[in-house]
Amino acid sequence: MIAYIVRRLVSLIPVMLIVGVVVFGLVHLTPGDPAGVILGDRATAEDVDRLRDQLGLNDPLPVQFINWISGVVRLDFGESVFLGEPVTQALLDRVVPTTLLTFYALIIQLAIGIPLGVFAAVNRGSLVDRALTAVAISGAAIPTFFLGIMLILVFGVKLQWLPAIGYVQPTEDFSAHFVRMLMPAFSLGFSSAGLLARMVRSSMLDVLQDDYIRTAFAKGLARRRVVVGHALRNAFIPAITVIGTSIAALLGGAVVTETVFTIPGMGRLVVQSIARRDYPIIQGAVMVIALAYVLVNLVVDILYVYADPRIRVG
Amino acid sequence: MGSSSSKTISAGLAIAESDRKVDPASSKTGTRSAWFRRLLANPVTVISLIVIGIAVIMALFAPLIAPQSPTFADPFVRLQGPSVDHLLGTDDLGRDVFSRLVYGARISLIIGIGVTVAAGILGSIFGLVAGYVDVLDPYIMRTMDGLMAFPSILLAIAIMASLGPSTFNVFLALTVVYTPTIARLVRSTTLVIRQQPYVESARVVGMSDSHIMGKYIFPNGLSPLIVQCTFVVAFAIISEASLSFLGAGVPPQQPTWGNMLRDGQSLMQQAWWMAVFPGTVLFVMVLAMNLVGDGLRDVLDPRSQQR
Repeated sequence: MIAYIVRRLVSLIPVMLIVGVVVFGLVHLTPGDPAGVILGDRATAEDVDRLRDQLGLNDPLPVQFINWISGVVRLDFGESVFLGEPVTQALLDRVVPTTLLTFYALIIQLAIGIPLGVFAAVNRGSLVDRALTAVAISGAAIPTFFLGIMLILVFGVKLQWLPAIGYVQPTEDFSAHFVRMLMPAFSLGFSSAGLLARMVRSSMLDVLQDDYIRTAFAKGLARRRVVVGHALRNAFIPAITVIGTSIAALLGGAVVTETVFTIPGMGRLVVQSIARRDYPIIQGAVMVIALAYVLVNLVVDILYVYADPRIRVG
Repeated sequence: MGSSSSKTISAGLAIAESDRKVDPASSKTGTRSAWFRRLLANPVTVISLIVIGIAVIMALFAPLIAPQSPTFADPFVRLQGPSVDHLLGTDDLGRDVFSRLVYGARISLIIGIGVTVAAGILGSIFGLVAGYVDVLDPYIMRTMDGLMAFPSILLAIAIMASLGPSTFNVFLALTVVYTPTIARLVRSTTLVIRQQPYVESARVVGMSDSHIMGKYIFPNGLSPLIVQCTFVVAFAIISEASLSFLGAGVPPQQPTWGNMLRDGQSLMQQAWWMAVFPGTVLFVMVLAMNLVGDGLRDVLDPRSQQR
């Protein structure tokens, strides 16, 4: 097991190096001089020079890269051009809303996806099963930002049951925080819930045909105990990979959802930084989210191997 | 979400790959009309194809279908609800929402198809070479892994932030985002097909590697690729809309479904139709594309079918 984890960690090094090259290269994709682009047309040549210096653009490219990547390893992404504070500080201030939003969306995904998948598999072919499949397919096709807008329109504007937008810190007033996160978390988690439900359903159908399920029924166990205690426990293992990939999707989707609901997280910061041409912020945020994504997938893979010892050999 | 996109593709792919075995005999060209008939036997697929057909017609004949220019602003009819004059209402500048929707189909389809063709070609080349030429495999695939280590919408946003907003840049950014998924798929089918006896024979006869890849391996791995491509069209359309919605995609003056949603969200209290119609059209289009993909998979790649 430990050998597996070490092997996986080592295999991350080239991937993260490429991630670093891509993120570093982003600034140099800009047509023309990045410093000039950041400051706009009205900047003086002096200002542009000073910014070039601050961004280290006067050094040769390999030196720039080494400087940048050695900063990244120390979690130092440089100074924000617009906010006038270190990028790391700006990101730290915004990491909590993003993490919470992703976490709530994940809970919603699990709370909807697993029961629906089990229920559909147990009642295979029924009207409910077909309706659930239809909902799952539609869920995958609805863009999260459109779902978010529709929720705001119905529950925020027309019915006025929930506050339409905004964010309250959980430490400040938890119930206000919770109420404001309901719609964002639902709009983000819903589409992944459909995918999870389909996955749980198909692996439940596989498992339900196994001999030990027949044995469990034959020895007179209650239907509920067979389904939950025997079948779901085994059917859940393949679903773990789907949860891993969807946490990643949720992280990406959070970028858009934060903008729809004006939640002050990292995604909203990235989107605001586009117009401000605040490249250090964009680089830092993208780097951090990519790292989080890679680590989440690593943890999920380890859990998967832990849950299903057969994989360890291969 | 949709932007959630390529991760969902790869998740679906993982499901599909786990129980797929490439059977070269099943994809012979002789059975083409047979599979097409089976595809049309599924009413859901037929309806979806009709929906896509309508979108294509809207895009091709936009000037004939749209009652007025998508950029014509009539200050006297600002923010009017749906009526006989303006089927789907007007926006805050007095532009006709229906006309803008019709023209918006153009950008969605151009991006959806353009990105899929470009990513399909690039991804196939990378995937074939990685799967067939062992020396290059680790370099190509580690690069693809690196590109897939970003949530897809985030990578697209980051590229757009550097390139600046334009339709062509959206095409470039999304091609970069979706090439790795295709490359991974083509590589995995290549690894299976290269074990087939007929590839061995071709090599023994002395055919060149590029000839074997192009004439034997690629055509026999085409079925899963076609299925995957329909999903890429759907994801590219959602991603373009997301980018435009965030203000990082197609410039705001051009009518696209994402731009219309962006305008619509800020005026939701006064004019629900500005957001609801473009969003619904986007949703229906993506749903139809996904359903065609499901239908194609059932027909072309029956072993990967999810019950």
